[in-house]
Amino acid sequence: MSMNAPTMPTQEPMQPMSNSPMEEKESAWQDTWRALLRHRSAMIGGIIILFFIFIAVVAPLLLPFGYNQIDADSRLQAPSADHWFGTDDLGRDIFARVIYGARISLWVGFFAITGSIVAGSLLGLIAGFYGGWRDVIISRLFDILLAFPGILLAIAIVAMLGPGLENAMYAIAIINIPTFGRLMRSRVLAVKQEDFVMAALAIGMKNSRILLRHVLPNSWTPIMVQGTLGFATAVLEAAALGFIGLGAQPPEPEWGKMLSDSRSFIQSAPWTMIFPGLAIMFTVLGFNLLGDGLRDILDPRMKQ
Amino acid sequence: MCGGIAVRNAAVFSPCPDASVLFDPVLDKETVLNGKAGEIVIAYAIRRVLMLIPVLIGMSIITFSIVHAIPGSPAQAILGDRANPEAVKQLNESMGLNDPLYVQYFRYLGNVLQGDLGTSYKTGRPILDEIGPYLAATVELAVMAMIIAVFFGVNLGILSAWRQNSAIDYTSMVIALIGVSMPIFWLGLLEQWVFAQELGWLPSNGRIDPRMTFESITHFYFIDALIQGDFYALQDAFNHIWLPAIALGTIPMAIIARMTRSSMLEVMRSDYIRTARAKGVGEVLIVYKHALKNAFIPILTVFGLQMGLLLGGAVLTETIFSWPGIGRYLYDAIVSRDYPVIQSGILVIATIFVLINLIVDLLYAYVDPRIQYGKE
Repeated sequence: MSMNAPTMPTQEPMQPMSNSPMEEKESAWQDTWRALLRHRSAMIGGIIILFFIFIAVVAPLLLPFGYNQIDADSRLQAPSADHWFGTDDLGRDIFARVIYGARISLWVGFFAITGSIVAGSLLGLIAGFYGGWRDVIISRLFDILLAFPGILLAIAIVAMLGPGLENAMYAIAIINIPTFGRLMRSRVLAVKQEDFVMAALAIGMKNSRILLRHVLPNSWTPIMVQGTLGFATAVLEAAALGFIGLGAQPPEPEWGKMLSDSRSFIQSAPWTMIFPGLAIMFTVLGFNLLGDGLRDILDPRMKQ
Repeated sequence: MCGGIAVRNAAVFSPCPDASVLFDPVLDKETVLNGKAGEIVIAYAIRRVLMLIPVLIGMSIITFSIVHAIPGSPAQAILGDRANPEAVKQLNESMGLNDPLYVQYFRYLGNVLQGDLGTSYKTGRPILDEIGPYLAATVELAVMAMIIAVFFGVNLGILSAWRQNSAIDYTSMVIALIGVSMPIFWLGLLEQWVFAQELGWLPSNGRIDPRMTFESITHFYFIDALIQGDFYALQDAFNHIWLPAIALGTIPMAIIARMTRSSMLEVMRSDYIRTARAKGVGEVLIVYKHALKNAFIPILTVFGLQMGLLLGGAVLTETIFSWPGIGRYLYDAIVSRDYPVIQSGILVIATIFVLINLIVDLLYAYVDPRIQYGKE
């Protein structure tokens, strides 16, 4: 599934299942890190992500223009030395807006996915570990959330909460909960059968301690991989909500919103549409590449 | 979410397994040998259908909440912000909005079950009467997008697997990767810019040339054009559907290509393929007749999940291309805050999605009865 280079050395995968002592664990992390550095597409993905994080952090230092600096004299100008990506219909510098947009997209992606992971993992842990009625209720809840096509559920939630970036973020977090919840639940069910959990139960260890010490550390590798890929989805979903006017509101320089604003000028000023789209695509591509790479490295079953 | 990029990993960690994984009867070798497999598949089908009930109830609660969670009352939304408070109060009363919430919910559920989807605030017409043509337009677009996605996706995947690690493999997998990373609304805008505005090859908007005198009977324009033998209209409908269908089909195409590649790679290594090669069967025949058959099951799963994505993506694609489908209907309702339409539009799309998933699950059980249901 991934696009490993033919020359790529086959790395020894780390053993996510092992419940090894601390020093071995550290070397396992080092192995993963080294494998990551050797994995070409993961590296490319990582570099793209770092690049976007960098421009998001230092954005104000980079720019002579503010993202909302209106200049009626330079409306819809083509890319030039002054305005690298051209200007929009209000004469705002698109380069500045795209760079500030990185802040918004990464911010939204990060918080939405962190929220999904925390809520999903918690629900999945409870469902998988305790089973019984808790499992039935939580699993049915996931089924219901998964019964909607993702973006549609996000639209429904934002329609309830009202349009805006923050509400879009909540919506994206909610629609991604079942993905992580089901993943966690299935991992917990598998880990529960392991001897060391049986042993912990046998010696009378408390449930909460078993969950924290044994089940969680042995379940979170796939969550991490899915989280990276989920980040990509979250960025796309945020842009989609912005595009249909339910996400970021003007004058926020959100990429999806910029694209929908550009629709009237596709022919006369295509640069208003090209650059925000490229920004979305590369961000998503970066997280997809890194996520694929992490999966290759961390999940030995997927190796071909 | 099931349907996004995450779906790619369905086969990996099953974050998004179809509901079957949770609730299926066990089907092991002995049962199959004893001839009880058929019964078990039927029992599975019945359970799978029964499982829909809580899901549909949950969905109806969510869609019901849409109208009731919005700030201000629906009456206020109908009458506008500057309406006379007395009039708002009266309308609230006559719409039953002062009843307890559970009473209102059961009334809503009763209405929906009887096919009453409410009345649009904007047009004042029953939604059930309006929604048909929109639905037909979306189905037409989704089918076309899926044809494109399956045709190009499967062949691209086969080509990659067949010449693994070649330049062709890398090129098609890079195309697939860009495909899953591309926001479809951006792809739609790029298509409009290049193919409609700059090159002028294809129309950028709508379903058919509005100047054309074309009578729609079934609301499926392709069928209508064929029935009436109007080949000019048929061609025009084709010209209009290309751009939105390609935009909508790109992500499923990319995902199907990746899935086909990995599942073909597995099959191509198996002994029976080697035997076929040893017998001197031609490559094309090996790939399309022997290998594809077995590689098809994972492709089928992806296909089902992608139909949902297509329905969600329709909102974006139809908005860009002014395609008069249900996605566009929903978008217009969002813009004009027509809550009953938002509510029913979402309910209808989600119900279709659930039914497609049901069909795919049942098909799956039918195609591969060896699958060990219920063993987690």
